[in-house]
Amino acid sequence: MRGKLKFIIGILLAITVLTGCSRKTDKVTIVGSSAMQLLAEQAGNDYRLQHKGVNITVQGGGSGTGLSQVQERAVAIGTSDIFAEQKKGINAAQLQDHKIAVIGITPIANKEVGVKNITRTNLQKIFTGKITNWKQVGGHDLPITVINRSKGSGTRTSFESVILPGLVPIKAQEQDSNGAVKKIVASTPGAISYIAFPYAEGNAVQKLAIDGIAPTNTNVKQNKWKLWSYEHMYTQKHPQARTQAFINYMQGTHVQRDLIPKLGYISVHDMEYERDAQGNDKLVRKGGKQDVG
Amino acid sequence: MSDKKHTHTHQLQQASRETRHEWYGKTITLASVVGIIILVVAIIYFIGQRGLAAFTTDHVKVTDFLFSADWNPLDGKQYVGAAAMIVTSFLVMILATLLAVPFALALGIFMTEFTKKRLTKYLQIMIELLAGIPSVVYGFLGVTIIVPAIRTIFGGAGFGILAGILVLFVMVLPTITSLTIDALKGVPAQYRQASLALGATWWQTTSKVILRAATPGILTAIIFGMARAFGEALAVQMVIGNAVLMPHNLISPAATLTSQLTSQLGNTVNGTLANNALWSLALFLLLMSLAFNLVVRIIGKRKG
Repeated sequence: MRGKLKFIIGILLAITVLTGCSRKTDKVTIVGSSAMQLLAEQAGNDYRLQHKGVNITVQGGGSGTGLSQVQERAVAIGTSDIFAEQKKGINAAQLQDHKIAVIGITPIANKEVGVKNITRTNLQKIFTGKITNWKQVGGHDLPITVINRSKGSGTRTSFESVILPGLVPIKAQEQDSNGAVKKIVASTPGAISYIAFPYAEGNAVQKLAIDGIAPTNTNVKQNKWKLWSYEHMYTQKHPQARTQAFINYMQGTHVQRDLIPKLGYISVHDMEYERDAQGNDKLVRKGGKQDVG
Repeated sequence: MSDKKHTHTHQLQQASRETRHEWYGKTITLASVVGIIILVVAIIYFIGQRGLAAFTTDHVKVTDFLFSADWNPLDGKQYVGAAAMIVTSFLVMILATLLAVPFALALGIFMTEFTKKRLTKYLQIMIELLAGIPSVVYGFLGVTIIVPAIRTIFGGAGFGILAGILVLFVMVLPTITSLTIDALKGVPAQYRQASLALGATWWQTTSKVILRAATPGILTAIIFGMARAFGEALAVQMVIGNAVLMPHNLISPAATLTSQLTSQLGNTVNGTLANNALWSLALFLLLMSLAFNLVVRIIGKRKG
């Protein structure tokens, strides 16, 4: 009996010690936007190599998840493609916004549809269910399968606020991440969806130009391509020191100048325009060659 | 039971080792039982309280929740209609179970009535293995094999109700089969012997006597299978397409109550209507599982 009691006490002690230990390590948990996941993971890895003992954990889940989790103090950093003001139930005044990068979003279609350029109006008609076959927009005779991101997705919120303002999108099947969307569009004939630029690289899917403007980073910087959003890292108003240190690292030279362009994102410093939470664009600095009016 | 071997008086006046052990044992089991009861009551209370908030605090109409198919709780209380998900949940549950029952019955009869002990043992291991595979693995197989197959045969994206049904079919099969086997094994040997002695063939004995006698047990097996299908979230979410739409054909994308819960819970903020609406879905699931339990009880009582 006494032996068993000791055993039980031992286990309890062990649990206490083990949980205590995990609290002691410098852990920064980052949750949210899957569009930002690529950048956060890569930066987290680099940071870990330089700072021994700091543990950066990056998880997806969508921008909505990032915002709601950081508001509930469940995670240190919530990543989001949308402003906290754009999300119902989030008290934006309680959170601190750190803009890390800008990301372009492009409509993508299956390679077989025979369309490379589409007008904004036709894109609206497809996503509101008024156009249902690719031949109506100059492509092959192929029914259109719309694939959406799930409700909490920042990519979806950005896409709908820029392309479908005030319109009611059709209900279509939903996928959890940029990666899943790419895979499904690549393998489903007639599929159309939208995806962050870095995921659209390669030959798997057809990027669609809108009204003749190509989805390139240069066009995003000059705001010719309107379909872009900030990559935010949201923290509490006064984050812990290790969280602030990582945010500083993200806004520092190495990440902004090297890592961000390498992964296909755009540094906030390279943008000629600024956008506020209400969606108003403002010219802040002119690029070297282009004359932007 | 006291120990009579002790001779010293002071030892006789105290509780013996065995008495103390008995007391310890009783205390530990009682404490565990009380703990479990508290836990169950707390879970029911919590889900009930959160699940009703949409109706009490946010004034969603219960009739809207049950009969409207307009689900978009982020946009307001008039869009909290769960009918599409309720219908989809029942549809995939019923069709997956219907598909699985004939196979489960055939397997059960084969294993208990028509084959040697040795083969039975191997089959048993296989079924237990099927039952033990985590649901995410079934979902993964569904995405890699079933979805592309449906896409090739029927067109569309492949994600949809049919993919959900096929994945659930494989998942409920072992549940129904092993419980069916238990039910068939539970039929007294005399029934079999008497039937054979009267000149009935094996098949007559099986179909007219054994199956008849095992019916309540088999029904219980089917209900448990249905409950598993109804409650499965992850594997279904991976293949069903997650569009909250009233199903109009078997390959259209849809969402079940559970798949909507897993895909949206993280996205909503505690205390908002969208979050409360999800708790209402959870409450509905809880009530359904209580109903399944009740049905199993009723069938069990009839057995006697």
